[in-house]
Amino acid sequence: MRDALFEFLCRMGDNTLVLGHRVSEWCGHAPVLEEDIALANTALDLIGQTQMWLGLAAEVEGADRSADDLAMLRDVWDFRNLLLVEQPNGDFGQTMMRQFLFDAWHLLMLQALTDSTDTRIAAIAAKAVKEAQYHLERSADTVIGLGDGTAESHRRMQAALDLLWPYVGEMFVADAVDDSLCAAGIAPDPATLRAAYEARIQTVMAEATLTLPDTGFAHQGGRTGRQHSEHLGHLLTQMQWLQRAYPGATW
Amino acid sequence: MYAQMVKSEASKDDPDKLAAFQARIDAGDKIEPKDWMPAGYRKTLIRQIGQHAHSEIVGQLPEGNWITRAPTLERKAILLAKVQDEAGHGLYLYCAAETLGVSRDELTEMLLDGRMKYSSIFNYPTLTWADMGAVGWLVDGAAIMNQVPLQRTSFGPYSRAMIRICKEESFHQRQGYDIMMKMCQGTDAQKRMAQDAMNRFWYPALMMFGPSDKDSVHSAQSMTWKIKMNTNDELRQKFVDQTVPQAEYLGLTIPDPDLVWNDDKGGYDFSEPDWSEFFDVIQGNGPCNTERLAARNKAWDDGAWVRDGLMAHAEKRAARKVAAE
Repeated sequence: MRDALFEFLCRMGDNTLVLGHRVSEWCGHAPVLEEDIALANTALDLIGQTQMWLGLAAEVEGADRSADDLAMLRDVWDFRNLLLVEQPNGDFGQTMMRQFLFDAWHLLMLQALTDSTDTRIAAIAAKAVKEAQYHLERSADTVIGLGDGTAESHRRMQAALDLLWPYVGEMFVADAVDDSLCAAGIAPDPATLRAAYEARIQTVMAEATLTLPDTGFAHQGGRTGRQHSEHLGHLLTQMQWLQRAYPGATW
Repeated sequence: MYAQMVKSEASKDDPDKLAAFQARIDAGDKIEPKDWMPAGYRKTLIRQIGQHAHSEIVGQLPEGNWITRAPTLERKAILLAKVQDEAGHGLYLYCAAETLGVSRDELTEMLLDGRMKYSSIFNYPTLTWADMGAVGWLVDGAAIMNQVPLQRTSFGPYSRAMIRICKEESFHQRQGYDIMMKMCQGTDAQKRMAQDAMNRFWYPALMMFGPSDKDSVHSAQSMTWKIKMNTNDELRQKFVDQTVPQAEYLGLTIPDPDLVWNDDKGGYDFSEPDWSEFFDVIQGNGPCNTERLAARNKAWDDGAWVRDGLMAHAEKRAARKVAAE
């Protein structure tokens, strides 16, 4: 159980770490000042959640590693984030579509985790769920606004949805880790989140006048660590550089 | 100081009105947006507040340069919070400028096409993690030196924006000093980074206060109007006197062999920055001017479809609401 719990906590923490990193890449480059502030705020929330998830992962592992060690000193194959969150930012529309597809899942997952039998997990989820609620409101509004905006913004948002939709299915595929946590009442069976997720997506896409791609195909391999995309290695190269170049220093 | 060399405007208004206005300023009244004010006061303030706002916006870039490479999760979170604060300061300041009758978009266009300036300091590169410490400690430290007195400036909205900004800036300066402490207590490589950052940022920080008083042609009118509260040299001296002991505590050497305590004046004597470098940077020839302006122009141009899309959606929604009523 300890291994499964560690794995699960890395999945939660790596999602927020990698997405927080991606969102922070926008700093100073957003389309409008309010978006610079909102993107930095989102990234900040996600990094804060990472500290909690990876902090607990390190504690559960009991191998004398810290949250920073997990973030800065693991290689690609040990990362457990969804492939979706490591995808590059693309244009602002692609960034916000990725955010919305993630937020809609993240909120449901965190809501379920507030009932976890593991009180440490329930406590983290209770704190993060408020932030995720706000992230979802904002990303949904932006997807709607740009989908139902000009012809160009509509075209770009549809392209973003077509590009990213095949990365959604991975959220709902259970493996042995999920089975054992679900049996212990620690985390939900991912598949049970799917109906509510799709209902939310359909409502927002209808309002955004966007069409969900007619494919059930799902890229997989991120949350199990079996096969990440090429993008993650480059992200880690940047994120981990100082810790790798100056081992043992205190910052 | 995020606003440097702001050109002040002489006023050709009715002498009686001017005298009454000056009497209000001298009595310590706050001037509010709907009050009568000389045209020159308005123009000078638009330049100064606009330049300050632009500095906050461009100032995101040298620090944003290290967010993705911050060495720990905590440092990353702190830096994100700081850069987010700066964008927020830009927002308050643009709002303060808007009360004077200029829109944020107009000010932005003037930044992007080079008609308006931002602080020279943001045209220097951030090359190591210690630069995040130096920017917080020295650059924000110099900014605070200027902004604390501006809390008492005569224009109400600017004064209120400064009060909010100063609260956050002192947190920024502390986090910068904290980074420097860690670096100076760290490995040889970290100490080298810290000293290198000190060497590169010392004179550019001194330049933030603007040219020497003897060459500062715009100060007198602004000081009479309480748009500027202290002279450039007064603030620079205060900054040096405050910073030298902090550098000594860190074990860093200030790159000025002529720096010496002067008992008679109760402050340090120090070398002037190379003013020809300052004027080069102001004129667009600093190490990063081209990149900084290009980054802001790209953000604005690439974002046009987003702004247009959201505007079109808002109009459609408003039209649907009217149709439904």
